[in-house]
Amino acid sequence: MDNAIVFEYNVDSDDFTRAGEASSDIKKKLKEMGVSPEIVRKVAIAMYEGEINMVIHANGGKITVEITPKEIEMKLADVGPGIPDVDKAMQAGWSTAPEEVRNLGFGAGMGLPNMKKNTDDMKIDTEIGKGTTITMMVKMG
Amino acid sequence: MTARDVKEILDAEVLTGEELLDTEVKSACGSDMMSEVLAFSKDHSVLLTGLCNQQSIRTAEMMDIKVIVYIRGKVPQEEVVEMAREREMIIMTTGHRMFSSCGLLYQAGLKSGPY
Repeated sequence: MDNAIVFEYNVDSDDFTRAGEASSDIKKKLKEMGVSPEIVRKVAIAMYEGEINMVIHANGGKITVEITPKEIEMKLADVGPGIPDVDKAMQAGWSTAPEEVRNLGFGAGMGLPNMKKNTDDMKIDTEIGKGTTITMMVKMG
Repeated sequence: MTARDVKEILDAEVLTGEELLDTEVKSACGSDMMSEVLAFSKDHSVLLTGLCNQQSIRTAEMMDIKVIVYIRGKVPQEEVVEMAREREMIIMTTGHRMFSSCGLLYQAGLKSGPY
């Protein structure tokens, strides 16, 4: 695509306090570009949930965001343990997050369902022991 | 109501955003789980929570929440207050617990808003 703008972020694995920095930056950039607040919020929520998941479950990873006049695509790739049962992971309330993550305010089993809810398309490619790539798309209008 | 009304109703201490207290607030949500706030809250102006780490600020940021009230007398660390300051948020702390904080605001006319 000729007029695509691409942003890339490395998500650190070991610092929960910094989780969300990439999503925060994308939110700011989309606002500056004049994208409608409703679309900005959907992208921010979906990406933030994904970013938190990468830190909690997958030792971090890489996020690529591609913005075109028609849509915003977020690709979240990690080399973590993979998701053993995607159907279960998509169920609201299902969580494998450890207790300490719950103490930090996450791990209620709402992440993946909420990512799906806030995007127009979501694809999960996962392989045990290799990693997970989640591709999400939000239409501009 | 305004953020100033929230402060007075909850007898709260403002940690940052004193100059923004005339901001209008229309609805509120309360939870210690940021996952729940991200999944169930929509168009809220106020977040009541007992979680006072960096992710409470980031969650509010993603949800366009302008006011955070830390309940049960919790006070976040200075770097968390600084994050809120940078984002022009109002944060305050109240000695009330979750149930009474929500009840007092609800009684004063602040509602749950849309889901």
